[in-house]
Amino acid sequence: MTQVTKTDVLIVGAGPVGLFAVFELGLLDLKCHLIDILDRPGGQCAELYPEKPIYDIPALPVVSGQELVDRLMEQIRPFDPQFTFSRIVASLERLPDGGFRVTTDEGEAFEAKVVVIAAGGGSFQPKRPPIPGIEAYEGKSVFYAVRRMEAFRGEDLLIVGGGDSALDWTLNLQPVARRLTLVHRRPEFRAAPDSVNKMLALKEAGKIDFQVGQVKALTGENGMLKSATVKGPQDEVEIACTRLLPFFGLTMKLGPVAEWGINLNENLIPVDTEKFETSEPGIFAIGDINHYPGKLKLILSGFHEAALMAQAAKRIVHPNEKVVFQYTTSSTSLQKKLGVLD
Amino acid sequence: MTKLTFIAFDGATFEVEAENGSTVMENAIRNGVPGIEAECGGACACATCHVYVDEEWTDVVGQPEAMEEDMLDFAYEVQPNSRLSCQIRVREELDGLVVRVPERQA
Repeated sequence: MTQVTKTDVLIVGAGPVGLFAVFELGLLDLKCHLIDILDRPGGQCAELYPEKPIYDIPALPVVSGQELVDRLMEQIRPFDPQFTFSRIVASLERLPDGGFRVTTDEGEAFEAKVVVIAAGGGSFQPKRPPIPGIEAYEGKSVFYAVRRMEAFRGEDLLIVGGGDSALDWTLNLQPVARRLTLVHRRPEFRAAPDSVNKMLALKEAGKIDFQVGQVKALTGENGMLKSATVKGPQDEVEIACTRLLPFFGLTMKLGPVAEWGINLNENLIPVDTEKFETSEPGIFAIGDINHYPGKLKLILSGFHEAALMAQAAKRIVHPNEKVVFQYTTSSTSLQKKLGVLD
Repeated sequence: MTKLTFIAFDGATFEVEAENGSTVMENAIRNGVPGIEAECGGACACATCHVYVDEEWTDVVGQPEAMEEDMLDFAYEVQPNSRLSCQIRVREELDGLVVRVPERQA
């Protein structure tokens, strides 16, 4: 029997809005557990634009994506939120007592009275390169991640990309593969200079091949690759390969949320503007993933949604408690929760 | 104002009057040019506002900077005249600029 983690509120997505929800829920004595597909908090702020400035957070004239995340993490620390990273929420089912059971793609199970979907533009997943027919090879001879290096022993490996993933796996899999070819559309790389130098040294030593170009076509049978056609600056070359690892970064996909029985509208979740609750009682949606008349996809709107959602979540988790509205500035009980009372 | 022409993948032409200082991407979005997604909103962080600059204009428009080149790695069917339209700022010299939208974004 798998161990079940119990919490008051399960938050899907650890972007800025999911993080701030911890604060608003925490003030109301609700404990939170967050699940995110990335390996760290911050969502798009951390993955897409950690160093880019944001100018529309109230009272912060300018803040970088990463700094906003760092400040939110500091702000919610008193509430001791729990995180499960690098997981996607695979399933969600309603329990007889009205709560929910949530399971990740790795089988971890959670039970919560309330589920908050703060999944932004969806979950970050590997981008599929624009090669016709690549789907037929996926999971058999085309992989977007390396789970076990041994799976590539003795294979003719083609790695495509110019970032850290492509270069790191080139260096790590070179000793394991029978032959390894790296393909990138230009001779410059985004990856760390040290990795690039190591790769170039392997190339000089004749231990790997490097080809400038873009993969245009794949040849093989029954999902097993035989070769790839690479269009270079001058002409096309055919490269024999039995395994292909494309590293084209991440894209956002709605993912399994679509299968949870919640009403959707063009990949967004319609909610009411009093509680930000979905068509399923007890499941809320806040931030970029929800929709209502006048919706703006702004972080500050998501913060507002989190505050109102928290009031409704409180009534579900503690139905017999009377909620008294209080200000953090003047309420000693809120200050005690924040750990700022002497 | 500077005149820009977008040619969608299906051949539909969009002629727009663009304000100098705005980005080519912003003008595509404002005018509903199909095929420009601009998922990240213009932060040079997603490669979904990819366009092909008309051959006659590549010199005037110029080459992408290093950060944009890095993002172009993620674009679909990159060619020597590929640019991310959020990184092209509209200016007087671009009056008459023609860009084509690729078959799809990443």
